[in-house]
Amino acid sequence: MPAPAPSLDDILHPLQERFGALDTTTFRGQTRLVVPAEMSLEVLGFLRDRGFDLLVDVTCVDYLEYRGAKQRYGIVYLLASTATNQRITVRVFGDDPEPTVASVVPLWAAANWLEREVWDLFGIRFSGHPDLRRLVMPEEFTAHPLRKDYPMQGRGERHNFPILTREDG
Amino acid sequence: MALELPENVVVSRLDELASWCRKNSLWPMPFATACCGIELMATGASKHDLARFGAEVFRFSPRQCDLMIVAGRVTMKMLPVLQRIWLQMHEPKWCISMGACASTGGVFDTYAVVQGIDRFIPVDMYVPGCPPRPEQLIQAIIDLQDKIQREGTITGREFDTAERQLRKRALVDSSQLLSLDAARNPVVQRELSAAAQQH
Repeated sequence: MPAPAPSLDDILHPLQERFGALDTTTFRGQTRLVVPAEMSLEVLGFLRDRGFDLLVDVTCVDYLEYRGAKQRYGIVYLLASTATNQRITVRVFGDDPEPTVASVVPLWAAANWLEREVWDLFGIRFSGHPDLRRLVMPEEFTAHPLRKDYPMQGRGERHNFPILTREDG
Repeated sequence: MALELPENVVVSRLDELASWCRKNSLWPMPFATACCGIELMATGASKHDLARFGAEVFRFSPRQCDLMIVAGRVTMKMLPVLQRIWLQMHEPKWCISMGACASTGGVFDTYAVVQGIDRFIPVDMYVPGCPPRPEQLIQAIIDLQDKIQREGTITGREFDTAERQLRKRALVDSSQLLSLDAARNPVVQRELSAAAQQH
């Protein structure tokens, strides 16, 4: 059995000292930070230098129909430390129109495709991304399908193809 | 495409002979995209041997095959590839749509999955199941062999005209059938434009 992860207070205290009061919550052993969009690259760089060397995932939540939501998009960064087994979640909020967040590709190379997927499915622009284009949907697809206002069955793109009959050979 | 030959007894005997040869040496082109592909491999393996029905080799080159087995869901990104492979196959060629996803989209009624490849490819046999057991796929191959024997001609006349194919395919008159494609279905487009004008 691997040793349980040490608590995150030794990370959070320097963080609060450097960046001021950040919204921090802990629930059942999982810690979550909310960071304003202007500071996101600095905070994530700070965390990477403090040992969170693994970017597990970059994803997004669409709060369009959520009670009490102040901003529409919450971009989620899941970080892990391979040395100390700690995990932390960093959340950055963005809003319509043109939600934009700084790209963390300079910090973790893995963020390249992770951010491309978020751009493809949610429409969040990552400023400073070297190659921001669609990853899972075809290039000519125009919508962002995982947004809450996009219907699950799509808008007819899936059947917009030529029909081959027996005569076409 | 088809040779012009007068119909007579010799030709009909030749038709039967040619169909017999073709049905007993169907070489499948496995277009396995998802889970049904595993069952397709199982059907080709030793326990449920597909080779005893003549489907000896699973060639992955469309130029060398005459039967395309679409096993698994086909996404909108994959469909142009499927169509290109279909066009690269030589005639006479047949298509089996294996599993629920290839036949109708299965459980995946989403923006990315094509709801049935028969919207875009002519399909001869449908195999229901999720996934269909190997025995079901073998039954489909046997039924396809019967179909080839019944309707096959040496010159490939049965692939010539749309009417000939439609007579065999469905009970519905195709002119009455609205396009399943939302972009070309006049009823859907009328409703969408009416809804757009209201806003």
